Amino acid sequence: MRAFVTHTGIVAPMDRANVDTDMIIPKQFLKSIKRTGFGPNLFDELRYLDEGKPDQDSSQRPLNPDFMLNQDRYRNASILLARRNFGCGSSREHAPWALEDYGFRAIIAPSFADIFYNNCFKNGLLPIVLDEKSIDKLFQETFDEEGFQLAIDLEAQTVTTPSGETFAFEVDGFRKHCLLKGLDDIGLTLEDADAIKAYEAQRRQVSPWLFGG
Amino acid sequence: MAGKTLYDKLWDSHLVKQRDDGSALIYIDRHLLHEVTSPQAFEGLRLAGRKPWRIDTNLATPDHNVPTTGRARGIDGIDDPVSKVQVETLDRNCEEFGITEFGMLDQRQGIVHVISPEQGATLPGMTIVCGDSHTSTHGAFGALAHGIGTSEVEHVLATQCLVQKKMKNMLVRVNGQLGAGVTAKDVVLAIIGRIGTAGGTGCAIEFGGEAIRSLSMEGRMTLCNMAIEAGARAGMVAVDDTTIDYVRGRPFAPKGDQWEMAVKAWRELHSDDDAVFDKVVELDGADIQPQVTWGTSPEMVTGIDGMVPDPAAESDPIKREGIVRALKYMGLQPSMPISEIKLDRVFIGSCTNSRIEDLREAAGVVKGRKVAPTLKQALVVPGSGLVKAQAEAEGLDKIFIEAGLEWRDPGCSMCLAMNADKLGPGEHCASTSNRNFEGRQGFGGRTHLVSPAMAAAAAIAGHFVDVREMMN
Repeated sequence: MRAFVTHTGIVAPMDRANVDTDMIIPKQFLKSIKRTGFGPNLFDELRYLDEGKPDQDSSQRPLNPDFMLNQDRYRNASILLARRNFGCGSSREHAPWALEDYGFRAIIAPSFADIFYNNCFKNGLLPIVLDEKSIDKLFQETFDEEGFQLAIDLEAQTVTTPSGETFAFEVDGFRKHCLLKGLDDIGLTLEDADAIKAYEAQRRQVSPWLFGG
Repeated sequence: MAGKTLYDKLWDSHLVKQRDDGSALIYIDRHLLHEVTSPQAFEGLRLAGRKPWRIDTNLATPDHNVPTTGRARGIDGIDDPVSKVQVETLDRNCEEFGITEFGMLDQRQGIVHVISPEQGATLPGMTIVCGDSHTSTHGAFGALAHGIGTSEVEHVLATQCLVQKKMKNMLVRVNGQLGAGVTAKDVVLAIIGRIGTAGGTGCAIEFGGEAIRSLSMEGRMTLCNMAIEAGARAGMVAVDDTTIDYVRGRPFAPKGDQWEMAVKAWRELHSDDDAVFDKVVELDGADIQPQVTWGTSPEMVTGIDGMVPDPAAESDPIKREGIVRALKYMGLQPSMPISEIKLDRVFIGSCTNSRIEDLREAAGVVKGRKVAPTLKQALVVPGSGLVKAQAEAEGLDKIFIEAGLEWRDPGCSMCLAMNADKLGPGEHCASTSNRNFEGRQGFGGRTHLVSPAMAAAAAIAGHFVDVREMMN
């Protein structure tokens, strides 16, 4: 996994609540057996005017000019600013894969759905929770100023605007550690193999029916 | 010290290791797999040269991509080459790693959240995960069950554990009794309407109260299935006689002395009387009407006698904007009565409502009646091959076919339209599934979530109608 330490980039505004994972990456693209290549179909139904199909060259499709990612000022965005309950619905990890593949490194919202939030950390994508008031302010600045950028520092847990205003955010210690180092958490868990085996031995005594008798 | 909640008990009994940073290693007893979210996890294992930690906890089946017609042709019956590769990949991975799979030609195949309880592979007191958000279904058995992403599918395969942080405890109590014609689906939609789609975020929800205790296991599964639509990864119901009677005698359930031992342990799977919850929500069962969603989020819901809302009446600007956008997508007018919404298709199926009781409920409504001629299609998709066989043994298939509904083979089908069953642009569908998101059932499709009885009634009328009027 790609590590996340600091990142500065252009902000794109996704100005609607309850953006679900079907919207982030529609089901027809879930038929892939790969982890990559989902970027061209990120927000497919909002981004294009036609119906997207797997294995299609999306560069030839008609774009929806009203969708923000199709506007020049947001085309190279790497930070997504969003509203409450971002990533609700399905557990598909294809959603963070699509965001990451498109080029996003961080998402800032007042709240995230639990499974999506967790999936982001497995893919070098940092979900940041800020209060609604701060989010409103950032939306306003993003709309007002073309090329508006934010600087994110995971170690310091801060988001800073070009004018120097800083917003602090919370992040769970274990997730922060893994993301800063780009660690494979399976490897970390396997360091506790003895603890897992000891648990199984005890559990087999108490609940033998869970171990085939 | 306060007593423990059911969630506390399940958490404590699966705690392998508490780490200093607040995270914990939690042991997983059952891992369910399907074709969509597993291929990259198996590939990850291969690339890292890892083997599954414990093969016997895994159970797999293809469900999302499978066609609901021509099943006798097996995998060759999948016309879409991309879907076909995904199902073939699951078969190959299960074979390579030695994982039990109910393949397309196995009568036990079906929607993963239907087959596991049906087989007794879902047991009280277990931790159960699957790369699918509707894994919350299995909490109906007093189990801790939730969806995970593909990286975690790989993690569970490799380590039999998940790195977790404990969630908050939330209790949703439904007091009293439900009225006739009001089902578990209406209860859960009413709950989501009350607390919103983020109402349970960060929480494990326990459903309790007299109305919940009176529900069958099928009803409890419907309820817990949609906990995720209230934002809670896990929903659960305490174990009682209904739970134990359902599990008894199923193929994967314990037998003999171990059954007795297990039942004794399972009897403890309820929240203590003095347990403290972080959040409590109460509803009165008698107040719940048959529900219909009008928008593009499950919280956009009202009773059958209600109206489509007027955004002008909403004070929260973000919600108001959401209503405006939803009405535009759904092609509905403010203040329009729900009963005036005309339908193009009806879908009875999905991991929410495709079990035998759901099919009986729908068949009871359509029996001796005919589907409205204005409808393009009404589909009934049983949740598993065994549900299908049971329904046919009871003659339900004939009731559906005589009424003009199509009787199909098991799978996820039109709930998310990964196979050939889908809505066309602008079409309205009365659906017993769980999500009314934009495009979920097909590009431009318009989904209204309802119970099987309400979907059946809508199929007959061609528009929404109070099923209670048809029961008289």
